[in-house]
Amino acid sequence: MGRTLFEKVWNKHIVRQIEDGPVVLYIDKHFIHEVTTPQAFAGLDKKGIKVFRPQNTVATADHNVPTKDQHLPIREALSKHQVDTLIKNCTNHGLELYGLGHPYQGIVHVIGPELGFTLPGMTIVCGDSHTSTHGAFGAIAFGIGTSEVEQVLATQCVLQMKPKTMRISIEGELEKGVTAKDIILYIISKISASGGTGYFVEYAGSAIRSLSMEGRMTICNMSIEMGARGGIIAPDETTFKYIQGRKFAPQGINFDKAVASWKQLATDDDAIFDKELHFDASDIEPMVTFGTNPGMGIKISQNIPDAERLLAQEKENFLKSLQYMGFQPNEPLLGKPVDYVFIGSCTNSRIEDLRAVANLVKGKRKAENVTVWIVPGSKKVELQAREEGIHTILEEAGFELREPGCSACLGMNEDKIPTGKYCISTSNRNFEGRQGPGARTLLASPIMAAAAALTGKITDVRQYF
Amino acid sequence: MSDNIFNIMEKFTTIQSTAVPLQIEDIDTDQIIPARFLKATTREGFGENLFRDWRYNDNQTPKADFILNDTTYSGTILVVGKNFGCGSSREHAAWALYDYGFRVVVSSFFADIFKNNALNNGLLPLVVKESVLAAIFTAIKEDPKTLLIVDLQQQTIEVPSKNMVETFEINSYKKTCMLNGYEDIDYLLSLKEEIAAFEEQHLITG
Ligand code: SF4
Repeated sequence: MGRTLFEKVWNKHIVRQIEDGPVVLYIDKHFIHEVTTPQAFAGLDKKGIKVFRPQNTVATADHNVPTKDQHLPIREALSKHQVDTLIKNCTNHGLELYGLGHPYQGIVHVIGPELGFTLPGMTIVCGDSHTSTHGAFGAIAFGIGTSEVEQVLATQCVLQMKPKTMRISIEGELEKGVTAKDIILYIISKISASGGTGYFVEYAGSAIRSLSMEGRMTICNMSIEMGARGGIIAPDETTFKYIQGRKFAPQGINFDKAVASWKQLATDDDAIFDKELHFDASDIEPMVTFGTNPGMGIKISQNIPDAERLLAQEKENFLKSLQYMGFQPNEPLLGKPVDYVFIGSCTNSRIEDLRAVANLVKGKRKAENVTVWIVPGSKKVELQAREEGIHTILEEAGFELREPGCSACLGMNEDKIPTGKYCISTSNRNFEGRQGPGARTLLASPIMAAAAALTGKITDVRQYF
Repeated sequence: MSDNIFNIMEKFTTIQSTAVPLQIEDIDTDQIIPARFLKATTREGFGENLFRDWRYNDNQTPKADFILNDTTYSGTILVVGKNFGCGSSREHAAWALYDYGFRVVVSSFFADIFKNNALNNGLLPLVVKESVLAAIFTAIKEDPKTLLIVDLQQQTIEVPSKNMVETFEINSYKKTCMLNGYEDIDYLLSLKEEIAAFEEQHLITG
């Protein structure tokens, strides 16, 4: 019987299989950041051991960093301590750190691919659930906890149970104004925020194939939002082209050799998945979420669902969520006012996202009532935006281009949405308080967010096409 | 209490306790421990901020209607709705629950990363059928003094007052770790030579 792409990569990395237990899985690349590592390094230091394979670890500071005045010392004492601790740990263990001030600094899931660290066929982990992003390259990439970070630092391995496999195929063409973000919000709205739990998802079909690497990363990024362990897309010419010439990717003859082996990374025709789902690209519209988990999303032309058909417990959760958001069942989102627009996060802060936003808002001006933050995913994205003149377009529209970091995606630094305020956000989580205590998040694509910035309310971006 | 998770996992055998029923589904790790409390560089003290925004008002007074502030319910077992621990990979969620005093979380299913994190810290994520979960909620709500007995060796959860005994699944490797307080990292460190040999043979080119 044939094997799935996931199985091919997984099997190649098994050091040992424990009977009725997990496998010892070898990890090719380990990304680390300041928030989920201090306790792991403390564990190593306590045991008196050093990082086993320092060259396989890449570090950056992103979650907790300010997005203004990065050249100045961090003002918030605890954040500063955490970032300083990362610097100290990387120095002690001889690890490469792209910290504040470094031209490669940025959100961990943006810089990995951008610098050519993320490659097909790899196993990749990071103490962050959106590590699933890197699956867009045909890698097995997943988030881990701090105890596991310590394991990888100490042995370059983790213990993992083999997940089940699912394939989600999207066939057909997307309408103008419908993006990768809408595809993934659509899928999650169909299968719920827990519909992928226990699975590793392969995305396939012509709609996926036609996406750029940026779009594929957006899709894989949000795999975790349906509970999946990760997402993976078979590498193809789009993938190879993206990788070619990147700083740390194989070069010259080594690149050609690598491409030859990467071409083997596809699911065999007769491979069997534990679960298969099919969707039609033409059924997808620009999406927006109305509730407090990413599964609570609707097409922009639809109304918030009715609560009546739900079971008692579900209904209670549903109404609690709507109450938090200040919405009613059955009403449309279209036309709802927004206070903040956040374009950023590892889901949508790449150069392609900023370009799409700039194209839409060129020569236009934001609505008076909204504050717009554009937070690029990395220093390189920021620099490129300046080189391409995107920066000027955004500023003329009244959008503020800040410095890279996770920012209002999780509100760990100063970039928080105030209590009760509405934020249309290109990030991945609309959980209660995610963007700040009491903040109300509506997830959408970068161009949907940009359209809302122009009108000051939830808008169907297709009117601009 | 928090010292116990300082890299020495406590052995888990049998737990007999009343339980706290938190009947909400899809509780994400941002609710269990909000991001702004992740700035610490040690593992201690997260219990204080467990369910912070559900537990406290903006002025830091306890919210009377939240279950952890209701003295009717207490115990080292937390019973929750399905898909508990979804969202972020932050292990701080497991640390916060443990630090607060919980040793078992019962649900009909858990998010994958949370489950691993819990097991790695001696907190048992115990999965029961949807119908059993509902029966446990009912029993506790009828009588907050309802005792639950969790026996890891036997893989059972019992509600004696209801004559209810259910078995639960756990893979034998993780069970052995929890019963003996073994940690994954010690096991992995013992394999270093095997890992180095694997690298020799399989090192990814490119
Ligand atoms: S941008 Fe948001 S989701 Fe992405 S790594 Fe940062 S905090 Fe996590």
